[in-house]
Amino acid sequence: MSQKQQESVNQTYQKFAQKQEPKIPVAANCIKAFLIGGAVCTFGQGLRSFFLHFFNFNEQTSGDPTLAVLILIAVLLTGFGVYDNISQFAGAGTAVPVTGFANSMASAAIEYRTEGIVLGIGANMFKLAGPVIVFGTVAAFLIAIIKTIWMQVAGG
Amino acid sequence: MIYFWAFVVGGLICVLGQLLMDVAKLTPAHTMSTLVVLGAVFDGVGLYEPLIDFAGAGATVPITSFGNALVHGAMAEAEQNGIIGVITGIFEVTSAGISAAIIFSFLAALCFKPKG
Repeated sequence: MSQKQQESVNQTYQKFAQKQEPKIPVAANCIKAFLIGGAVCTFGQGLRSFFLHFFNFNEQTSGDPTLAVLILIAVLLTGFGVYDNISQFAGAGTAVPVTGFANSMASAAIEYRTEGIVLGIGANMFKLAGPVIVFGTVAAFLIAIIKTIWMQVAGG
Repeated sequence: MIYFWAFVVGGLICVLGQLLMDVAKLTPAHTMSTLVVLGAVFDGVGLYEPLIDFAGAGATVPITSFGNALVHGAMAEAEQNGIIGVITGIFEVTSAGISAAIIFSFLAALCFKPKG
């Protein structure tokens, strides 16, 4: 087959495949993500208020124990195999909050456990969460450098 | 009232993530990375902190706050120690989240067997 023919076959196939692809129910997914994501954040706010009022935390530091508790819950749910069922329904609603970050680490760690503690758990834990940390750190570094220099130039 | 805004703002950030996945057809990893970078940029221009004051956990629980916290720690140290503070301070605020996720995940991997 010449290259041109091959290309046109590929194009036809792609069009065909696109037609067969199930349509994503974008609106329904967004509503689910909104409701579940909102619920997770409201729950987080409850924890925040709890730590604010009953322990020695202030506005700034109350975020830390809140995240830790949310992460612990997400990891436990992942371990019991419940998280996957919830996230299948909620989509981004459970993926975008910090619980999704914890879930991606816990599920990778549990899944690769059979390959050993060092090469399995240790090496694969960040398989899914790694990009978030890498790009977050690089972006934060660039932004902080630019802002620091800007403030020194503008201030001095 | 803060509960209401936490719900709305947190929900909207999740909808943004859902749209990135469904409409822009990004993988979850790309979506999360995009949101983290967005959070960092928003803090860079000084918009994320007001959002936290306004929506509380609605702004601190989504992954965008991770980017915000990275920039925040870096800037706080940079103001005290100059430009080297950017390096030393970058994980200052996010330490709780990252350590908790690593420790709990590791322990969970020891305790639980993979399902399915």
